[in-house]
Amino acid sequence: MATQPGSVDGNWERPTAFYNRTTKYVVYALITGFVLYSFWNIRVSPDRFLRGLGGGVTLVSNMLPPAATPMQFDLMVQGIVESILMSIIATTLGIVVSAPVAFMAANNLAPRPIYLVGRSIIAVTRSFHELIVAIVMVKAVGFGPLAGVLALAFKTVGFFAKLLSEEIEDIDTGQMDAIEAVGGSRMQVYLYSVLPQIIPRIIGLSIYRLDINLRHSTVVGIVGAGGIGITLLNSFQKYDYQYSSLIILVIVGIVMIGEAASAYARRRVQ
Amino acid sequence: MLHVKDVEKVYDSGDRALKGLSMDVSGNEIVSIIGPSGAGKSTLIRCINRLTEPTAGEIWLDDTEITGLSGSQLRETRRDMGMIHQEFNLVERLTVMENVLSGRLGYMSTWDAFRRNFDSEDIATAREVLRRVGLEGVENDRADELSGGQRQRVGIARAVIQRPKILLVDEPTSALDPETSVEVMDLLTEIAREDDIPVLINIHEVDLATEYADRVVGLSDGELVFEGAADELDERAQDIIYRGGESRAERDAAKAERTQHAGE
Amino acid sequence: MASKSEFSGADSGAEWERFDTRQRLIRYFLTLGVLVILAAAWRSMDINYGYVASAPNEVMDLLTRMYPPNVIYTSEIVGPLLETINISILGTALAIVMALPVAFLSASNTTPNRWTYLFGKFIVSFTRSVNVIIWALIFVVLFGPGALAGVLAIAVRSVGFTAKLLGEAIEEIDRGPVEAISATGASTFQMFIYGIIPQIKPAFISVATFRWDINVRASTIIGFVGAGGIGVALQTNINYFKWDAVLTILIAILGIVLVSEGISAYLRGKVS
Repeated sequence: MATQPGSVDGNWERPTAFYNRTTKYVVYALITGFVLYSFWNIRVSPDRFLRGLGGGVTLVSNMLPPAATPMQFDLMVQGIVESILMSIIATTLGIVVSAPVAFMAANNLAPRPIYLVGRSIIAVTRSFHELIVAIVMVKAVGFGPLAGVLALAFKTVGFFAKLLSEEIEDIDTGQMDAIEAVGGSRMQVYLYSVLPQIIPRIIGLSIYRLDINLRHSTVVGIVGAGGIGITLLNSFQKYDYQYSSLIILVIVGIVMIGEAASAYARRRVQ
Repeated sequence: MLHVKDVEKVYDSGDRALKGLSMDVSGNEIVSIIGPSGAGKSTLIRCINRLTEPTAGEIWLDDTEITGLSGSQLRETRRDMGMIHQEFNLVERLTVMENVLSGRLGYMSTWDAFRRNFDSEDIATAREVLRRVGLEGVENDRADELSGGQRQRVGIARAVIQRPKILLVDEPTSALDPETSVEVMDLLTEIAREDDIPVLINIHEVDLATEYADRVVGLSDGELVFEGAADELDERAQDIIYRGGESRAERDAAKAERTQHAGE
Repeated sequence: MASKSEFSGADSGAEWERFDTRQRLIRYFLTLGVLVILAAAWRSMDINYGYVASAPNEVMDLLTRMYPPNVIYTSEIVGPLLETINISILGTALAIVMALPVAFLSASNTTPNRWTYLFGKFIVSFTRSVNVIIWALIFVVLFGPGALAGVLAIAVRSVGFTAKLLGEAIEEIDRGPVEAISATGASTFQMFIYGIIPQIKPAFISVATFRWDINVRASTIIGFVGAGGIGVALQTNINYFKWDAVLTILIAILGIVLVSEGISAYLRGKVS
């Protein structure tokens, strides 16, 4: 080969995605440092960790087999049914409320100030975890499923209005012009040109959100907002781990069925 | 040099892609394999370095029988065979330099490979090779920033830096436009001459095959049906390879007759 | 030439319905069905209508008691907020470490055999189906209250999600370059480093940052069952009806959630 190694530069360094190599190492050092600091900050002693792992074996053996007395079983069924009902009502309520918010937050339909209000509502409702909303709702309207329904509906607004407003922003405005051109009123424009374009998406998103709300409705009870969650929390507090494991398995089953049904329904619709 | 003997390949689907095929490549000759699509051209090339596992037969590279090699022996032998691929097969998110230097992976420890700690002699060679293929100065570009012709040049550089005993080339121009195809073929054959190594090239454009090859091998339905110097590939030979012996005139006549019968 | 009668004749159909009778019946029944289910659901929930009636007032009352937020309390929540972020980072890091092998198991082109594939899929769907707060309950029983339980809950809950998305990225890689690398005589491990990892790196970074963003929100609530972070402080203040402090915490949470969302979106934009 006609190569003379001495005459050509034998050094090469891989270009980096960072500003330069020093920056790269500084960034890596910072990340490593922060992770180590985090680790130090939560103060995990190896001893405690090992004891926990040992406890894991005990816990699993206490959990098996999953079991419940007839009374506990009835209570569980009640809780599950309540969770499912809560998710249905919350989804409906949330969608009804989020429809106007979605139109407000679509920058092709709403004037600027209204658009900003719509976006803020979405940002706030999306930012808080459903359990935080639930715990506040419990204090506002008392223990029970109503608090859960309100919390889930609140979360639904953020999710639904965001995705729906994006969908509205993508619509074909030519169709709106056409309806307006034949003399349609504002409402008629929405009914005849905007709605037909977004209906399939609305249905798909509703089914998807129902699935998500079903998941969440099984846990909001942990802060007192109705559903199976409170039963689960009580079983843990009474060290009745066989009952806990049964409830967890039932929740997993419900969630998996919900996910499969939702995926199937969305495929059918689209 | 390369000696292929009675090689067969039966795919899991039951397709017999190669039906006991034998051929040789030696010295510094450029041998092109032509044939209709589905004749087994790619399968043959890929069986030689065992990217596709041959079902039966022997493949010798100098004194090494390839089909019987174990994992690490196979890797050692693959270092001696540079391959140039149809769709370039560069790692798109790596730089040109890394793509070229990946040709030296067979000589590196995994730890050095992980740290991108390349031998400075290899880096110097890589720069030299990039200059030879006309890609000076792009070593820090990512492979996906290059044009098709440039990518294939990187592909050639990756094969050349292996310092192979033979180049296996699988449809190097099928993803390129005609003009770039000629440039790539020029470069490929020039480098093979300079480095004094043989080339086995699978190509479907007959005019490119005859223009660049010393020898042409014709495959049809997994069998070798023609072997000879590039200038021996006349109309008759092409009929055998592409139309099972029927001449174009005969075939047109037969077709006309069939149409006529169908019309009656 | 078209005659005018085509537009005015009764025989050409002056009536038009969007749906035929059968379609209309189906639609009516579907609508009716949904309404019945809703009504039944609402009735069977035993909602105390007194609460419903007073809810708007209660919420307003809550809001007036919350405002203005307790500014002095801000200094006290710096610690718990940092802990929340620590939990989210460590949980995500641990999740990624655990998810990598699971991802290769649950990707059809890298899994060793059918059983490992099914095992991978099982881990993915099981960890995903149990809510983070339930994982937190379990880990609090094991490791006692505190951030450790939180980190583990976040980590285990994230394994399925992370492994699922990474597995999909692995299934989508281009085999060509991988083959080309092994044709040069590279070992399996080298083929991995040069052929596979560069191809999944962007997906890896975006999945990791996306999950971290989700985990920041999750780590704000695991404190409700004692698994550390700002949730502990939030629950305490709610229990003592210190609503002005609650609002301070909520604003702080909003802040870190928006910041982490921004960081995560920035990083994902950068790698794509």
